[in-house]
Amino acid sequence: MSDVIVAGRSPFEALDGLSMPGLAAAPDRTRHVLRGRDDIHSPAAEVLGFALPTDACRAAGAGGRHALWLGPDEWLLLTPAGERVDKALAFAIGDAPHALVEVSHRQVGIILDRPDAAQVLSVGCALDFDLAAFPVGMCTRTLFAKAEIVLWRTGENVFQIEVWRSFADYLWRYLVLAGAEFA
Amino acid sequence: MLLITCPYCGPRPEIEFAHGGEAHIARPQDPSSLGVEDWTEFLYMRANPKGVHAERWRHLHGCARFFNALRDTTTDQFVATYKTGEPRPDLTAVTA
Repeated sequence: MSDVIVAGRSPFEALDGLSMPGLAAAPDRTRHVLRGRDDIHSPAAEVLGFALPTDACRAAGAGGRHALWLGPDEWLLLTPAGERVDKALAFAIGDAPHALVEVSHRQVGIILDRPDAAQVLSVGCALDFDLAAFPVGMCTRTLFAKAEIVLWRTGENVFQIEVWRSFADYLWRYLVLAGAEFA
Repeated sequence: MLLITCPYCGPRPEIEFAHGGEAHIARPQDPSSLGVEDWTEFLYMRANPKGVHAERWRHLHGCARFFNALRDTTTDQFVATYKTGEPRPDLTAVTA
């Protein structure tokens, strides 16, 4: 596996400072997508330091590492920049069938942190953002306008968004437009 | 917006889903022994009922899993959704 880190430009550079209060690019992260059946749960927990979430649309984490449930056999692993877990995971999981792909540079993170964050997201996303329907700690893949995103609620008014980098510019501009409705 | 209940994620907006054709069509166990008529039946012939229809759907922009749904083709109402591999729900028991 290659250890070359591509010194990619941030997709937000071309936005020329376009922003709004509460909208920010997330710090750099290392990302992996892990897929496998029940027999990868315990080796993964040993490496990560916490159990993979098995409830639908829930995130779990400890020590700066997070696992987001994407499907019944699929998780997005977020770790601090440069903290790769693929070799340790592959060694621990061993012969159990699984797929483990490093996708750090495929997507970027956006943080939306403002009192009307749920309202702003509602402009482009059809999900119910009531705290009863979308509690803190819930995460899911969904659509925001035309872009597929992973949405993760980390606070009552704080959402972390993971989006493929080619959609990042579009998503950012759409969020700024949406926020202008509530300015 | 029409809500579709994903068996894994719960009720979600229709735009997250993709239709996958009629459900419960098993690929022939021994394709090489199949005649033209049987292949035609397997490949092309579909029930196309007016009323409740068993269909495959995929929660494409969600958990990405395929599942089966009973949908009324006249009202577009989703009567039931269930995981792939589970038997088709008996609606007479539900409505009784």
